Amino acid sequence: MNKIKITVDNKVVEVNPGTTILKAAQTVGIKIPTLCYLHLEDLNIENKPGGCRMCVVEVAGRRNLAPACATECQDGMVVKTNTIRVLNARRTVMELILSDHPFDCLVCAKSGKCDLQKLAQDLGIREIEYQGEQSHYKEDRSPAIIREMDKCILCRRCEMMCNEIQTVGALSGINRGFQSVVATAFEQDLIKSPCTFCGQCVAVCPTGALTEVDHTSQVIRMLANPKKTVIVQTAPAVRAALGEEFGLEPGTLVTGKMVTALKQLGFDYVFDTDFAADLTIMEEGTELLERLTRFLDGDRSTPLPILTSCCPAWVNFFEEYFPEMSDIPSTARSPQQMFGAIAKTYFADKIGVSREDLVVVSIMPCLAKKYECQREEFKTDGNPDVDFAVSTRELAALIKQANISFNSLEDSDFDAPLGESTGAGVIFGTTGGVIEAAVRTAYELYTGKKLERISFDELRGMGGIRHATIDFDGLPINIGIAHGLGNARKLLESIKAGTCNFHAIEIMACPGGCIGGGGQPLHHGDSSIILARQKAIYQEDSMKPIRKSHDNPYIKKLYEEFLGHPLSEKSHHLLHTHYFDKSKSKILIRKEQE
Amino acid sequence: MPKHRMHLLVCGGTGCKSSDSDLLARDLRNELERQDLTGEVQVVMTGCFGFCEQGPILKVLPDNTFYVRVTPDDVQEIVAEHVIKGRPVKRLLYVDPETHKKVSDSKGMEFYKKQIRIVLRNCGFINPENIEEAIARDAYAALGKVLTEMTPQETIEVIKKSGLRGRGGGGFPTGLKWEITAKSVADQKYVVCNADEGDPGAFMDRSVLEGDPHTVIEAMAINGYCTGASKGLVYIRAEYPLAIQRLKHALNQAREYGLLGEDIMGTGFNFDIEIRYGAGAFVCGEETALIHSMEGHRGEPTFKPPFPSESGYLGKPTNVNNVETYANVPPIILKGAEWFSSIGTEKSKGTKVFALAGKVNNVGLVEVPMGTTLREVIFEVGGGIKGGKKFKAVQTGGPSGGCLTEKHLDLHIDYDNLLSAGSMMGSGGMIVMDEDDCMVSVARYYLEFTVEESCGKCSPCRIGNKRLFELLDKITKGNGTMEDLDRLRNLSEVIRDTSLCGLGQTAPNPVLSTLNNFYDEYVEHVTEHKCRASKCRDLMTYWILAENCVGCTACARVCPVGAISGERKEVHHIDKSICIKCGACMEKCKFNAIFVS
Repeated sequence: MNKIKITVDNKVVEVNPGTTILKAAQTVGIKIPTLCYLHLEDLNIENKPGGCRMCVVEVAGRRNLAPACATECQDGMVVKTNTIRVLNARRTVMELILSDHPFDCLVCAKSGKCDLQKLAQDLGIREIEYQGEQSHYKEDRSPAIIREMDKCILCRRCEMMCNEIQTVGALSGINRGFQSVVATAFEQDLIKSPCTFCGQCVAVCPTGALTEVDHTSQVIRMLANPKKTVIVQTAPAVRAALGEEFGLEPGTLVTGKMVTALKQLGFDYVFDTDFAADLTIMEEGTELLERLTRFLDGDRSTPLPILTSCCPAWVNFFEEYFPEMSDIPSTARSPQQMFGAIAKTYFADKIGVSREDLVVVSIMPCLAKKYECQREEFKTDGNPDVDFAVSTRELAALIKQANISFNSLEDSDFDAPLGESTGAGVIFGTTGGVIEAAVRTAYELYTGKKLERISFDELRGMGGIRHATIDFDGLPINIGIAHGLGNARKLLESIKAGTCNFHAIEIMACPGGCIGGGGQPLHHGDSSIILARQKAIYQEDSMKPIRKSHDNPYIKKLYEEFLGHPLSEKSHHLLHTHYFDKSKSKILIRKEQE
Repeated sequence: MPKHRMHLLVCGGTGCKSSDSDLLARDLRNELERQDLTGEVQVVMTGCFGFCEQGPILKVLPDNTFYVRVTPDDVQEIVAEHVIKGRPVKRLLYVDPETHKKVSDSKGMEFYKKQIRIVLRNCGFINPENIEEAIARDAYAALGKVLTEMTPQETIEVIKKSGLRGRGGGGFPTGLKWEITAKSVADQKYVVCNADEGDPGAFMDRSVLEGDPHTVIEAMAINGYCTGASKGLVYIRAEYPLAIQRLKHALNQAREYGLLGEDIMGTGFNFDIEIRYGAGAFVCGEETALIHSMEGHRGEPTFKPPFPSESGYLGKPTNVNNVETYANVPPIILKGAEWFSSIGTEKSKGTKVFALAGKVNNVGLVEVPMGTTLREVIFEVGGGIKGGKKFKAVQTGGPSGGCLTEKHLDLHIDYDNLLSAGSMMGSGGMIVMDEDDCMVSVARYYLEFTVEESCGKCSPCRIGNKRLFELLDKITKGNGTMEDLDRLRNLSEVIRDTSLCGLGQTAPNPVLSTLNNFYDEYVEHVTEHKCRASKCRDLMTYWILAENCVGCTACARVCPVGAISGERKEVHHIDKSICIKCGACMEKCKFNAIFVS
């Protein structure tokens, strides 16, 4: 391809045709400010409405200013990014945006990490020249996500994520002109929409319009209550990202520090969700083998493929859009929920604490977990298995509030018996990890042979839909992997159409898997952060002495002492679940028939 | 076709229809039947004659008698006198306001003298619901010529040479646009007719579609042949029910006659047209927003490039043209590029249809060659300012245009001249203002429209235009400051410089042009709290002149807010703090005692 030459602020740049002015300028260290533009390169996610007009630049020969993010370079183009005309335009547009924005910075959840705040600071805004009417919309508090659309600047990132990437379609631009905003159909609350609470909208929102429901004050209250025994479980993806909130390089594993911090915060027991991930493998792996052998023995009615079910946003998605296929996913609960069930029975007995006095808190990279833990089927007599799900961001805020100097903490180990996990448990945090963990166990259980190669590189990567065939000692097992609900939809459609020949499929709602979850430290558009987190996850796996779930001695003990064997009656009762038909259209039709 | 000795052409344009021209036609037909004349005299409902101020229009052929302001009550006399006895009804003839003489033939009217009707050639002549009348006036002859004698490239060359530029307002060379679409490689292409006509007060496109729909159908088919598109889409605003009805009917007739659909005229060329409806959004007149609306998405524009000629409807190459642009194509093919380019100025060829409105005597639809001066249009074709008042300004280009003043009156109308004067051609709206119009109020009025119609996608238009409106509103209410005038200017320039689409980019034009040309009026509003045109209510005070007041209490009784006090037979008084300046009292007073200043 012939390169073309452009000049940006008197610097000559050579680029491929099709490159935008924004990207061309980046290559010579010129950072043109953006607001609505988002490009997660490694995940193939781009938002380019060209609407905020912050990135406008002067192009010689062009009558008006050009949006750098959306204008392709032409050979010989002369661009100026910081003339007085451009700076005046940028400031004026920023003043306009701020003139229709609540001045809530002091108490806003996004203060300090808000893209709008940062850009206003960079532009040195001190006064808003153009004051006038402000937009007001009803606030919406769902179980996991808070929508304060007064703060919406119409960057359309959430709409893009929800419609194009996740194909959930809960959000869209509505109304016109000054009244326009991104909202749900008929401005209903999220809980009434097809929203899966995956939180990807929150992950990309540049302002405080979309934030998570904050459960830290409830957690603090529990910690301060002397009658309560508060235990905490930490998801695998948290340890690979928490350090970013304290200025550490993305991809720094902070497992030991995280445990110490939690102990200092006052949790009575610090356990690991990875333990429950091992447990999930025991149950789900056995379920997979059971279905597989039934199928191979001739029972063609056996539902295959088996789909993983540990992702609550994914569960919401198929309950909404594919309820007729609810016999296909595994019946196993998620590790968070399995942990809570075991904690409030097996462990509660062990330490002699009643269910009511035991509080289970989970630290999750995920916002859908907040929705999951309050589902009715995960409660016993109204008492939930998991009381509060708290995001990585909230944990960081708790640590900062408690004045703990995170970076200078010594490492500590998780408590026993629910804190010991294998490498298989840790890789749950990334796309491809759950199915690799399942394969490690299923292989040995099925063939009776020892796994020579423990790492399955063919299951790893960032591609949206991946597949591989694993040789189970002569039996080829076809594995499918999807992350991002749009990709999940494609696989489900192929199952429906009968064109799918996978035996097992792993689905994660968030691009990248849990490491890219809606509750993780904000990436502000840098997808290399997610790649770095993925690397850290596999790194922790490789450092673990035990790497297969069924080799976990504490798991073995749990079955011996309590559960009996995978898929036993007790296991079914505590560790498995069933699914509901949430499709809204069905509800509407039912109402019409009434 | 039976040969009639006389034709009575009744204007069936929306304007005249609202004044019962269809009842007029019905009554004429009934009377003719009563007199047993149906075989000799035919009544034809035509498209718009353009002389809307004088409607309903009735033109008699073959003598070309042009009757104005005809009502159903005139039917008996017309039939008895003119049809039967051959004696024109003099009282229904147009009276020239200068000479005070009656003018029988429209060719002798100042309104028509300078007009060259190319786009409107069939409007006011044929019955738009009869394809055979259109064919008799050469409809589809150009299509036939192109399909049988010319290649697509040859046809594009003719359009290019003619100098035809987009009549929707953009003024982009039409031939070049067709050529770019023709060069794009794709398995499917589309041609689109932009019949959204969002400018308030504009009705050129509506008149063409109501009066001569076949010219648009034919031109779209020619466009399809040139660019390689087999599908045409007409995006028409839903608020044009008559135009939609006429277009649908015309499409059906064209298909029946083998002039649309598969194997047109037996040449193997396939082309058909679908209608799509707008839903009340001015912004959907912008071509990318229009395309998104047709695709079922939110009617929001996207940045260009990529241009629709490369990637448009459903991602395919799409050629969007305005109705008026299309109406020029068949005559260019039949009469040649040289003929067309001999009309107009160096860079703007052909004619332009204007919807002449406001404070002129001859309000209506006019088509004049490019290069005609504003003075000629306003004072000759338009017949001068109504009521003998003083000309103040003329707004061209609708809400996207600017106000031109006395010093611009000798400007030769074309795309570039209007732009350099601080306005633009737009779709052809031309609104004349006199001394009773407040220029600040005019700017505010246009911004109110723009704010309502902004799609909301980009920050400068969504928020900026709102702030611009709020500033203008503040000034008209007497609360403006001199700093506000500086804010108006900076904000206008930034909005123009940074908005994503033409709506936002041109929205500040009314503000900038009035600020430039009528700065004194703005300053008066701010520093003196004065509106010299007496238009800004909040700056006016209603008061009662004691000498003239007889205390009849009529004003007090009609006041909706009880602001007037006074005993019977005693001088009344208006409380300024309560008065809402509705003017009802002034209208009611028979003693000339109430004034406003």
